[in-house]
This record gives sequence, C-alpha cells and structure tokens, in this order.
Amino acid sequence: MRIGPTFNVAYRALRRNKMRSVLTALGIIIGVGAVIAMVGIGNGAKAQVEAQIASLGENVILIFSGSTTSSGIRTGWGGAGTLKIEDAEAIRREVPGVIRVSEEVVSTTQVAAGNQNWFTRIYGESADYFDIRQWPLADGAPFTAQDARSANKVCVIGRTTATQIYGNENPIGQILRIKNVPFTILGVLTPKGLSPQGVDQDDIVIMPYTSAMKRVIGGTTLRNINVQIGDERQVEAAQQQIISLLRQRHNIRPGRDDDFTVRTQEEIAEAATATSRVMTVLLGAIAGVSLLVGGIGIMNIMLVSVTERTREIGVRMAVGARGNDILTQFLIEAVTLSSVGGVIGIISGIATSRVLSIYANWPTLISISSIAIAFLFSAAVGVFFGFYPARKAAALDPIEALRYE
Amino acid sequence: MNNGVLVRLIDVHKVYRTGEMEVPAVRGVSLEIKRGEFVALMGASGSGKSTLMNILGCLDRPSSGQYFLDDADVSGLNRDQLAEIRNRKLGFVFQSFNLLSRTSARENAELPLIYSAQHLSHAQLREKADRVLGSVGLAGREDHFPSQLSGGQQQRVAIARALINDPEVLLADEPTGNLDSRTSVEIMAIFQQLNEHGITIVMVTHEQDIAAYAQRNVVMRDGLILNDGLVSQRRNAATELRQPSASTV
Repeated sequence: MRIGPTFNVAYRALRRNKMRSVLTALGIIIGVGAVIAMVGIGNGAKAQVEAQIASLGENVILIFSGSTTSSGIRTGWGGAGTLKIEDAEAIRREVPGVIRVSEEVVSTTQVAAGNQNWFTRIYGESADYFDIRQWPLADGAPFTAQDARSANKVCVIGRTTATQIYGNENPIGQILRIKNVPFTILGVLTPKGLSPQGVDQDDIVIMPYTSAMKRVIGGTTLRNINVQIGDERQVEAAQQQIISLLRQRHNIRPGRDDDFTVRTQEEIAEAATATSRVMTVLLGAIAGVSLLVGGIGIMNIMLVSVTERTREIGVRMAVGARGNDILTQFLIEAVTLSSVGGVIGIISGIATSRVLSIYANWPTLISISSIAIAFLFSAAVGVFFGFYPARKAAALDPIEALRYE
Repeated sequence: MNNGVLVRLIDVHKVYRTGEMEVPAVRGVSLEIKRGEFVALMGASGSGKSTLMNILGCLDRPSSGQYFLDDADVSGLNRDQLAEIRNRKLGFVFQSFNLLSRTSARENAELPLIYSAQHLSHAQLREKADRVLGSVGLAGREDHFPSQLSGGQQQRVAIARALINDPEVLLADEPTGNLDSRTSVEIMAIFQQLNEHGITIVMVTHEQDIAAYAQRNVVMRDGLILNDGLVSQRRNAATELRQPSASTV
C-alpha cells in the first residue's frame, strides 16, 4: 500500500474527531512543553553558574591557605595563614606555564569620603588580578606593579561602592579613607552583578595587596593565591608542581596532609554545576512523567478508535488491506497525533520559558538538541503507545469486523 | 481456461469450534461456477450459505477441501495472500453497504485501489472512480457523503467500489436486504446489466423473488447443497422498471 493515501486516511480520521484529537494531542503538548521549559530552566541555571565560574578567568588555579588544628579546634580554609608572599614569588619563578599571579588578601571594613561612609569588602591583589579575572575598568586606570612594590595608597572601586559613596559624582581622583588611611581612587570597575551565591560583586574596593597588608588589614600571610596558566594543557601539570613546590617550601614530610588547598577552575566549576545538573535532570524527569501520561492518553484514544472503527477495518480488509496496511494506518494516526502535539509543545515550551525569563527573571537556555530530542521522543511516544492498538486492529478477523455492530 | 470454470469448490468443509463443541457449518460442498454466470446462493439462516460465501470471498479458509479460483488453489493461502486475492479478483457488496462515513462517494469507490499493487496517480484514481461511479448511474454525485445519499445510491457506491479493480467475481451478500422493493429492482437491473457485460456474480439471498433475477439458483440446507438448477422463469429488472405498476416484489 502507498504511504501517501495512508497519510491522507490518517489525517481524515483525525479531522473527523477534531475535539478528541485536540484533547489527545493536548496531553503531548503539555508533556513536551513541560520538558522543554523545565530543561530550559535547568540548563539556564547551569549556564549562568558556568558563566560566573568562567569569570574567575581562564586556566586559573586557586591556592588557598590551609587549616590548622590548635588544641583540637580546626580552623577553616584560609584560617591558618600558611601562604606567604614568598610562596607566590616562588610559584611565579619556578612553575612552568605560569603567566600571571595575584596574591590575595581579603577583609571587610568601613570606608568613608566626605560625609559619606559605607561598609564594604577590601581586596588586596597584584596588578595582574584584573587580567586574570578579565575584569576591565569602566573608567580610569588600574594600579600598576610599581604601586604594589611601593605599597602606594591607591585603589579601584566597584560600581556599587562608587554609587553608595559618591552618588553621581565622578570618584576618580577622589580620596577614600579606609581605616583613616587616605587612598586615591584610580578607577571604577565594570559592573559584574551578583555572584552565584548572591553576593554583589560590585560592592568592593581593590588595592595592591602590599598596601592592604601594610596599611589596612595587617598581618603577613595571604588568604589565597590566584595563578593563571598560559596553556590549558599545562594546567594539570602546573597544579601538581605547585603542590610539590609548596610542600617542599612548607617542610611537609611525606605522608602528612598539605597545609594548603589547590583547586583548578575546572574543579570548582564542576562542583558548582553539579547541583544545577541534578536540578535539570529532576525537572526533566518530572516533566517526562507528564509526557508519559500524554502517551497513555494516545493509547487510550487509539483503542477507542479501533473499537469504533472495527467495521471500517473490516471493509478495508475485505477490499484487500493486509494486516500491515491497517497497522501502518493506525500507527501513522498515533504518530501524527504525538508529533503534531510535539511540535506545538516545543513552541509552547519555548514560549513558556521566554515568559519565565522575562517575568520571573529566571535564566533559561533552550538548545537545539533538547528540541530535537523532545520531538523525537514525542514521535517515539506515538509509536510506542500506538503500536498496541494498531496491532489489535491489524489482528482483527475480517468477518468478525464486518459483522461488528 | 478449464472450460471457462472460474470457481471450483471440491468437497469443502468448514467446522467452527466453540469451546469443546465442534459445529459443522459446511459439510462437503462441491460446486463449479463458470465465467459469466449469475448465481444466487439461497437457504434459510443456518444453512451454511454465509459461511460458503465467506470462503468464496477469501475472507475465510475451508477446514478441508479445495477451492480453485481462476485455476489457482487459494485454500491454503495465508492472510496476506488472501487479502491480495480479494483485492485483485473479488469485489464485495454487502447488505448494509459498509461505506466509510464522512468520506465522499469517490473516495469510497477508490478504496480498493489504495491497497492495490499497481500504483496509480491521484488523477488516475479519480478518473477511474468517476468512470465507475458513472457506470452505476452516480455521475454528478462523486463528492456526496454516504449520509447525503439514499440507500439505493449508497449501494450503487458500494457496487462501484466492488467493480473498480475489474474483479473476476462480484460477491453480493443480501444486497437488497436493506432496500425497498423498487430500489431492489434497480440494483438487480445493475447486476443484470453487469452480468450481460460478462461479469460473474455470486449473490446470497433468502428472497425467492430476488433470486429469480439470477440465471442459476443454488439452495443450501444444513451445510449441504440441496438443489442446484437454472432459473426457469428469469425476471428481467430493466423490463420491470419500464412498467412501474408491475414491479411489486
């Protein structure tokens, strides 16, 4: 039998029961739409996290000061102050592939200018920091390596800090008092927005780490060291070399734990995206259940349809339709229902996630692959749930079918 | 050509099994029908005529015995092969018309061609269907749905459907059972006209008057042929239609 007329027959059968066809397809529309929207939300969240991890910089290795145990009480990472400026210099000098290093110290404190003041975070960094984090200035200039060597009283500030203290005034060249030390503002950073943890990344003052250690925070140890490697392929080797270099410098005997932690950006990204990946799978699975229910709806309607059209099947068989012809006809009907539902579902799923993006401000990401998978899956649902009713129709005895009332 | 024998049944039996019981419906029927004959198969209900009709129509297979259609043994064929025989060599007309509802007369008539091995274009299908519909007097009603047609017209569509594949045998199961007397005569007129053009017809009926339009009557009882003979006073439907007053059945 020819496939063209079969499509025609299926199409006509579906049109004959418009309301029923629409309702049956609705099950698939909702199922596919839910899958598309849910996976879109999950992927959007994941992409957002990934983008923020990527904003740490490319091929970055982070070295955190370790924890110590004193009188049985363990401090957290960074609590021990085991990293020294000399460690950072050694890394810069000895580890191959390293192109940038930034020594980092962090504190929070009150800053003031004129009659305004604001509580903000103080980051001490090297001049390389802006390149490592790919964080350009919106206005003004960054501090230089020379500023770091001389521990000059200069800083750059984030957009939030700038607005809070200076309002609409241009802060560049102004004096900002930090712990009563006057710092000259060299520039304002481009806004970065919220971090994945919800911290306003623009609420910040960045100054040379030497200035921070000497004039603001005090102390001689670093919280962490940011290292950037030139070539992605060298990251892993560099990580190992940093570990052995620091163990050697810190006189850690074999068998004892490190007093520092080394994490590549990739490891951090993996941990951070694991949650959103689980969320995507979970949302997708829940939506998948509704697709399954839609499939059962198709099966139900096809069974009703086979019973209703028993005589028609008998007539078709009497005039020469083989079992396969009948099977094909009902399968095409089921697949048409499910794939038309699938297409509409994809469209409504995309629309739903757009609406969510705009009104609920949720990031959504719909990939071509998720659309293709959703479409193929909905067609497969048609085949799977259509097969049993279709086979039932094909197996009818023509005499019985013709006699059916 | 085998002396022009188109249908040959040799000692055909059909036994139905209902649970433990075996119910014989046809108990050894041998029958020959020549090309161009018009045979009425008669008998009371339960005589086995419907079962025999199903076997002749390749809808059912004999339990034992042989059935030669056009010199080919079809008694041992499988479902798909029987479907092909039905499509190529047989045409069916039913008591209740069995047209597809909400489907135009033309598309109903085209139906067997959809399942045919020869691949015709859409235009060819249409042309062929319109020609056959015209030959049964339905020119101009090709686009009507069955619900828009009278009983007689519906049966004509069914006849057109049966004829579209140029079958060897036209099988009619109580074709006038749902029609009033005048329409019945009209349908018989079509049958007689087709028969004159050489089409072999086998018609099941329990009405004596209708059987009288055939050339030959085969009467069954209890699964056997009771009587097989030519109709002595054959009625002519066309003549009766020209004399409306005489057409009381």
